[in-house]
Formats: sequence, structure tokens, C-alpha cells
Amino acid sequence: MTHHTYPQWSTESAHAILEPLKSTPGPVLVALQALQKEYGYVDPEAVAIVAQVFNVSRADVHGVLTFYHDLRTTPAPAKIIKICVAEACQSVGSRNLVAGMQKALGVNIDESHADVEIQSAYCFGNCALGPAAMVDGTLIGRATVEKLMP
Amino acid sequence: MITIFIPNDSAAVSIGANEVTSLVVTEASKRGIEIEIIRNGTRGALWLETLVEVQTPEGRIAYGPVFAEDVASLFESDFLHGGSHRLALGKTDEIPWLKNQDRVTYARVGIIDPLSLSDYEKHGGLSGLKNALGKTGAEIIQEVTESGLRGRGGAGFPAGIKWRTVLQTQAVQKYICCNADEGDSGTFADRILMEADPFTLIEGMVIAGVAVGATQGFIYLRSEYPSAINQMNRAIEIARANGILGTSILGTSHSFDLEVREGAGSYVCGEETAMLESIEGKRGVIRSKPPLPAIEGLFGKPTVINNVLTLASIPAILHHGAAAYAARGVGRSLGTQIFQLAGNIKRGGIVELAFGVTLDLLINEYGAGTLSGRPIRAVQIGGPLGAYFDSKKFSTSMDYESLVQAGGMLGHGGIVLFDESVNLASQAKFAMEFCAIESCGKCTPCRVGSTRGAETIEKIISGVDVPANTRLLLDLCDVMTDGSLCAMGGLTPLPVKSALTNFPEDFQGKA
Ligand SMILES: Cc1cc2nc3c(=O)[nH]c(=O)nc-3n(C[C@H](O)[C@H](O)[C@H](O)COP(=O)(O)O)c2cc1C
Ligand code: SF4
Ligand code: FES
Repeated sequence: MTHHTYPQWSTESAHAILEPLKSTPGPVLVALQALQKEYGYVDPEAVAIVAQVFNVSRADVHGVLTFYHDLRTTPAPAKIIKICVAEACQSVGSRNLVAGMQKALGVNIDESHADVEIQSAYCFGNCALGPAAMVDGTLIGRATVEKLMP
Repeated sequence: MITIFIPNDSAAVSIGANEVTSLVVTEASKRGIEIEIIRNGTRGALWLETLVEVQTPEGRIAYGPVFAEDVASLFESDFLHGGSHRLALGKTDEIPWLKNQDRVTYARVGIIDPLSLSDYEKHGGLSGLKNALGKTGAEIIQEVTESGLRGRGGAGFPAGIKWRTVLQTQAVQKYICCNADEGDSGTFADRILMEADPFTLIEGMVIAGVAVGATQGFIYLRSEYPSAINQMNRAIEIARANGILGTSILGTSHSFDLEVREGAGSYVCGEETAMLESIEGKRGVIRSKPPLPAIEGLFGKPTVINNVLTLASIPAILHHGAAAYAARGVGRSLGTQIFQLAGNIKRGGIVELAFGVTLDLLINEYGAGTLSGRPIRAVQIGGPLGAYFDSKKFSTSMDYESLVQAGGMLGHGGIVLFDESVNLASQAKFAMEFCAIESCGKCTPCRVGSTRGAETIEKIISGVDVPANTRLLLDLCDVMTDGSLCAMGGLTPLPVKSALTNFPEDFQGKA
């Protein structure tokens, strides 16, 4: 089981990530993505910092943060299993796969948890070898409960 | 030294290509055989992955689908010299599934080493750009217009006309934006091209830049494609180091540079104006048109927005000429389409053919029916906003106009098969739910209507006042069609109504 451990959020280290992005045109989304890559989530404290560094309103930053499905404001769990629930994967049993994984792990899809989360995803471009899933960034084709279990 | 090709494509890797590769390395060294492994892209026959190819004096010999447990026996069968084996497929180029295709945009995909510029040039790469550099912008655009190339992202707008508008709009800065958001379920042709032949997309974008006078490009690439993001970034660096990007393209006075912007899990950001908002770092809310992005696009500047496949078709058009491209296809659908066979299908993957082939040829001859072996009940074409067809529509000609006439749309060319276990009322409900999740929120019919739509279909499924709720559903669909700013809300009724029309038996309430 591969665990991704992220460094602890801190305003000082966040500044170091944001400074180099000052020359990026339209930096807010890129900045939030960079923070999430580093810490596994975007700490709510980051809103004010991003607003200040790039000279935009907090409301704008908050708006971007809440719009995109990828961005999260709670710390990332040790493991994230994303299951494609779009049509092509439905046709080869992704609904059953989700049910099986929920049962096997005892967690519901799209709920946040500290250890493991199951998240719905909409297409990994692996639609000829579905059901598709991504476990901590690794794409898995013809996914089954056995293949996805830690 | 024997050369072996093992795809590095995400789909191939997802079912074991990396394990196969390391076993091949181990087995070869155990036997003291010197090999060189090239991690090519996929040939597109995903049902044969992992497709292992061996270079022999007669050509490349293929074995597939190879799984880890097959590797030792391949060595025992002397596959390194084309030995016979249960998985032997003969010469790759002679496999009918591949041989009968008409690979134009995908000419190099799966054949070359994706990041080798010399391989790229040996297989015709850069010829289109070199031809383009000898022409004026207007001449390049004339060529693109005459080729008949239309947008492959969904709307099918003629590429040349869009480019001309950008050329004719005066501005100090113009942009080329490549839409690599590929959000439609059942589609993966953008991804495969970017992983297997990234320089083709770069070349297409440079040509677009030279044609309209743009010096900066962006590729908006979905976060669900980490390997494609990585591959494009590496290819951009190589292109920059070799004068294909930068301030003096192939030694001329033209300059063009390129940056990848990663998506953030929003389907609606595939709509072009939402994509521009997203590249600008904002919420992916749709812009009203006018102004057209070609006049006021990214950061308010004239912008060409094209799909990956549209831009990746440009080098071939400039290389072989507009006439060769336009000689393919039917009616106003010229050239080739990269069809993607997906879902419950035996032989899924990429089929590039001239427009005008039948749906039946694709799903039954190429696709060989369902993976489950049960009869095909429904086919969804064109992603989540596309129609569900029943078998009466399998004779439809696959081109923009015929599909619309048949009550559907081509979209990005994804074809998803369902066997008889599918329930079309559930699929219709999913279409509404997906719209509710992905709506940008600007229009009430899309934002609220989709949630109401899902609830109404749920009532129909549970048998609550079916006739009244069916009428309500149809009314809702009309309101969404008429009152939505973009195709997210405007076309969600297409899968819903086609399911209802073509599969009424699934909307009768509880059996
Ligand atoms: C909801 C929605 C999602 C879309 N997603 C994509 C996409 O993922 N990729 C794409 O190329 N076009 C997508 N489009 C179409 C684009 O708006 C636009 O027409 C296209 O990028 C233009 O390029 P083309 O002319 O080369 O097709 C989408 C449209 C809508 C309404
Ligand atoms: S139809 Fe939906 S996605 Fe499109 S602009 Fe309106 S609310 Fe946004
Ligand atoms: S629909 Fe599941 S990977 Fe594309």
C-alpha cells in the first residue's frame, strides 16, 4: 500500500510556493493547484494569502476554490481510490464495483475520511478497458474489488 | 541487439504493460540476450494490449494481448525471432483491424518512439510545418479551409473560417488554445495522441500560430490525464531545445511558445469559453457570445480554440495538401474521423476511417459486439450529451449531418456500447444528474432543471404517476433546450429524450 504523506501546511512554506507564480498570467487556479499538490489540500487560511500575493479579492479566490471538483479544503486521506462512474464504465459494471468497494472498505463514495476515501470520477480516458479506477494516481483498467483493495 | 516495442500508453499500463516490460528485461538478461526496449504509444487496438512487438528483418512482429504470465513462454517460443506462439499475430501492419484503417492524423501513433524527434522526422514529422513556413498566413488558412477540416471537439465548426477571423482581427497579442479537456465518457483519442505522438500536436499549434500571427499557445489538459500532461511537458521542452518552439522557429523569424495548463476536474471547462475563464484562473463559468473568442478570447485577445484532433490533423494537411484530405469523407464531412470504440465492447480502441462508414461496421465488424457476449442493446454516440441509439439506427452513416438527421450527434467521436442489461431510464437519470453536478450555474433551466429532471425520472422508474411525470419530463427538456446558454444544459435533453423515444419500454414504471 503506497501512502502519500504531505508536509504540514504552513503560511511560510506556502509563500515560497506562491512567490514564483507571480509572473504567471491568470495565477489563481494554478496557485491553488500548486498548494494542493504540496499539502494534499488547500487550507482555508490559504484564501487570504493567495488573495494578497496576487492582488485579487478573497471572494474571487474562494469562488475558484469552491468551483473545481479537484480542489479540497480538508486534509487528504492516506489513500484515495477514484472510480470512474461515467457511461462507458457503467456499461461494464462500475456501479457494482462502487457497491463492492463501499462494502469492502466500509465507507461511502464521496465522503471524506482520514484513512481511505472512495471518490467518483468522470472518465480517465480508459473507456475501452473499463471499469477504470485510479489509486493514488495509478490508473487501473478492468478494475475489480480485488485489484483495488489495499 | 534486438528491438522490442512495448507501449507506455496509460491504458496499456493500466492492465500491466509495465509488469510485462520488467519481466521481458529480466527474462532477457537471465538468458544473456541483449535487447533494446522502446516504449511506444499504443497502436490503438486496446483489446490487444499489452501488444508486444519485435523488430525483425521482415518487419515488426506482434504478440498480444500479453500478460505477465505469458512472458516466459514467449521467450521459450523464441518470439525474439518471430517464433510461433499462442499470442502471435504476425506482422503488425498486416493485422486486418489495423491494416484496414485509414490513418492520417494518427499516421505515426504507436509506430514511433513518442519523444524521439529523429523518429518523428523520419515518419514525415515537420514536413507540414516546413511547407507552412514557405506560405503567408492567408495561404496556410486557404489550405486548411480547402481541406474541409471541421472541429473535432464537438461543434464541427470549419477550422479555416475560425482561423481567418483571428488572422483578420488586429491585435498586439493573439493566442492559440488547444482544448485537451476531453471530458466525454467513451473518448480517449486526444489522450492517446498526446502520449503517442506529442510533436504532432505541437507542430499543429505552431502552424496555427504562424497562420494567424499568434506567438503564445496553451494546452488545457485535464487533470485525469497525468501521463499525457507529463508527456506533453517533456515534448515541449524537447521542441524548445530544437528550435520548433521559441523565438526562431526552424531558423525563421517566427516565434511561438507553448504552455500546458492543467484542468481541475470540471467537465464544463471543456466548453471553450469556460476553458478560457479557467486558463485565466477563474471559475469555469460560460461566457455569453458575442464576442466570439476569435475576436475577444483569452485575456480579451483574439484566440484560436481547437480540439487536439483538429490541431493534430493540420500537419498532415499541410504536408500532403488539402486535396488529399478533402478526397476522403462524404458531403460536408471531409477527411477522417478518429472513432473511439468503448464501453461493453469486445475489441475496443481507436478506428480512424474516412467519414461515411456505418455505425454497424464500427461496432460489429471492428468492435465485434459486446465484451459480455450478450446482444448490443444501446449505443451512445458523442459523450454524455449524445443520443442513445437502438439497433434500428445501426445503419446510420457516421458523419456530422447524418448523425444529426438520425437524432444524434457525432461529438468527439466516442461510441459506447451497452448490452441488454442496461436500463435506459437509469441512463437518462444519470444524464440529468451529471448535468446537475457539472452545470456552471449560470442558467436556471440547467442548474435547477437538471435536478428536477433526475427526480422526475426517479418517479417514473418507481412507477409514480408515469404518464404525468413523463409529460413533465418532456416539458422540462424543452425548457432546458430553449433556456440554456450552452450545450451542457441545451443538449442534456438529447440522451434523455432519445432514451425515452428509442427505449419506451424502460419508462413504464415498475414492472
Ligand atoms: C459542456 C461542453 C463540454 C465540452 N468539452 C469539450 C472537450 O472536452 N474538448 C473539446 O475539444 N471540446 C469540448 N467542447 C466543445 C468546445 O466548446 C469547442 O467547440 C471546441 O473546443 C472547439 O474546437 P474545435 O472547433 O476544434 O472542435 C465542449 C462543449 C461543451 C458545451
Ligand atoms: S447551460 Fe448550464 S453549463 Fe451552460 S451556461 Fe447555462 S448553466 Fe452554465
Ligand atoms: S468512461 Fe470510464 S474511463 Fe472513460
